[in-house]
Amino acid sequence: MMNRRNALKSAIFATMAVPALIQKASAEEAFTPVAEKVDLSKFKRKKIELVKPPFVHEHDQVAKGAPSVVEFEMTIVEKEMEIDDEGTMLQAMTFDGSVPGPLMVVHECDYVELTLINPESNSMPHNIDFHAATGGLGGGALTLVNPGELTVLRFKATRPGTFVYHCAPGGPMIPWHVVSGMSGAIMILPRDGLKDPEGKSVKYDTVFYIGENDLYIPKDEDGEYKRYESPGDSYSDTVEVMNGLIPSHVVFNGKVGALTGDNALKSKVGETVLFIHSQANRDTRPHLIGGHGDLVWETGKFNNPPERDLETWFIRGGSAGAALYRFRQPGVYAYVNHNLIEAVNLGATAHVVVEGEWNNDLMEQVKAPIAFGQSYLGKKALP
Amino acid sequence: MKISYLFFVIGIIFIGVTTKVAFESNLDVLKLDSLEMVLVPGGSFMYRQSGEYLKDDFPIDAPLTKVKFEKFLEIMKYQVSVGDYEKCVSDGKCEPRKWQGKQDEKLPATGISFNNALSYAQWLTKNSDYVWRLPTDQEWSYVAGSKYVDDALKSDKVNLSISDRWLEKYQKYAEFNFSPVGKVSIRGFFGANENGIYDLSGNIWEWTSDCYNRTRLNASGIELNTTNNCGVRISAGSHRAYISSFIQDARGGGCSVGAPPSYLGFRLIKDGKRDVISRFLDLTRL
Ligand SMILES: [Cu+2]
Repeated sequence: MMNRRNALKSAIFATMAVPALIQKASAEEAFTPVAEKVDLSKFKRKKIELVKPPFVHEHDQVAKGAPSVVEFEMTIVEKEMEIDDEGTMLQAMTFDGSVPGPLMVVHECDYVELTLINPESNSMPHNIDFHAATGGLGGGALTLVNPGELTVLRFKATRPGTFVYHCAPGGPMIPWHVVSGMSGAIMILPRDGLKDPEGKSVKYDTVFYIGENDLYIPKDEDGEYKRYESPGDSYSDTVEVMNGLIPSHVVFNGKVGALTGDNALKSKVGETVLFIHSQANRDTRPHLIGGHGDLVWETGKFNNPPERDLETWFIRGGSAGAALYRFRQPGVYAYVNHNLIEAVNLGATAHVVVEGEWNNDLMEQVKAPIAFGQSYLGKKALP
Repeated sequence: MKISYLFFVIGIIFIGVTTKVAFESNLDVLKLDSLEMVLVPGGSFMYRQSGEYLKDDFPIDAPLTKVKFEKFLEIMKYQVSVGDYEKCVSDGKCEPRKWQGKQDEKLPATGISFNNALSYAQWLTKNSDYVWRLPTDQEWSYVAGSKYVDDALKSDKVNLSISDRWLEKYQKYAEFNFSPVGKVSIRGFFGANENGIYDLSGNIWEWTSDCYNRTRLNASGIELNTTNNCGVRISAGSHRAYISSFIQDARGGGCSVGAPPSYLGFRLIKDGKRDVISRFLDLTRL
């Protein structure tokens, strides 16, 4: 039986649902000031339109001018989504309609101001916990919204890095909402941009945001994946699969094959790509087959110098990391979770199609595969 | 022509017969053991409104209002038993319970979601002459009498900040820690209240029909608006718990607001006699 005090703690998550607002102390109430009001009137405001992953909204790598208040808006969407091309359906819960939620980019010292909307058409309360934010359960304590409500949260981006955000509405709802798709990432860039270990500025040409999700779809007696009418209907079966800790699918961008074939990512020889990888629930280990991480912020926090020349990097469950790579050779690259069972059998594979001139200095096929006889190998080679 | 006329006559006779059968209560056949009722006379009490209240965007205690019941309330003496609930399950009208293991039929049914309790009430209504339904939170609180706990923070501090209130509320809920977890106990284990109703505020919380709501007041206390979320319902016990309607086991913490109940069960209110129209609609739904 669950320890009651722990249970209490997790339930308390949800008890603090209070919109994030500063008290307007009225004359008769103004006894002791509740909290000093922050004056942001001198700050410039800008509104960002979010973009569906794996892409990211336009942004400056080096901040122009003083810190500002950056406004975002996300609508929570509960909807059924296909998670492979075999018709397997998930009763998904999403930030802004995509799994993962959109990548947000700001600079250190900016204020992130998010309007979070829970439309009447949804069935459940939701909130948002930013790992990048300080206090209030990352904002979770201040943002619990019922269907038909919205809330506005503002937090100061004090630490540069890539961070996960996710829904955390209390108790067993927390892991369930997360594995139903409610996670995403925010990148807080240093005001003067990214640096290599020697402090030299580095730039990227493109960002690919890879959000990885472990999914737990229940099966019926015949071994077929079950389909449900609503998230609530899927709950108790799903929890049973979840508690086994073995996902039925491990996907990038919400679906097996979401980033392969026609949907493969595109790049060119000489282009520098920043791969941002988030996993809100479970450890993973990205690896670029045929490539490397030139500079890798494995834990995603830009105040730590990046590591060079990595083959595989580790993303702890509940974190986002960043890897910078310049493509040097054309071809197809597989970007995988290098637990190859998860990559190949469960879905955690993306492809990058890279155009350009082949470089024989880096690699050459000295001899194409040919049939061979004893004369070629000599007597020792085969019994 | 003749044949269709014949079918028409047979049809009329058929409807007549089934109506007669269905209009007779099946309760004798079902032999349910949670049908002992308690009559609580009308009266009034001070009721703490459910849900959350925000005044000028700040959380405050819900208002305390005097609520009056003109009529008596008739409510089950004990919570619905495992055996009774299982009869609805084997009738195909209730969802099986999960994670409860093998239990004696006489034990109170636990692992019951709001939706499950609702199905049971509908099933029981169909099988009887009366309307059975979940109590409202007000009704439950009223009949619970001395077992009803006011869950307001009642802080004597002026102008609590968000974090002060948060910490105080945490402390308050930590006090609820006394609520006994333990095993599901035989009916009557937690004793009766002054109305003769057993096991109120024991380790099994009871579903009410109330939806979770959040009410916003302006600085002068005028109500601006309310959001109702009927996906989350109130489960009553030694404190109020707000739990998603499909949750059968809330020990890890329900959705939404409140400390987690140990077990989820229910008891029903017996309302007036069913009218002929509702019975007839039942038949057409068969
Ligand atoms: Cu959620």
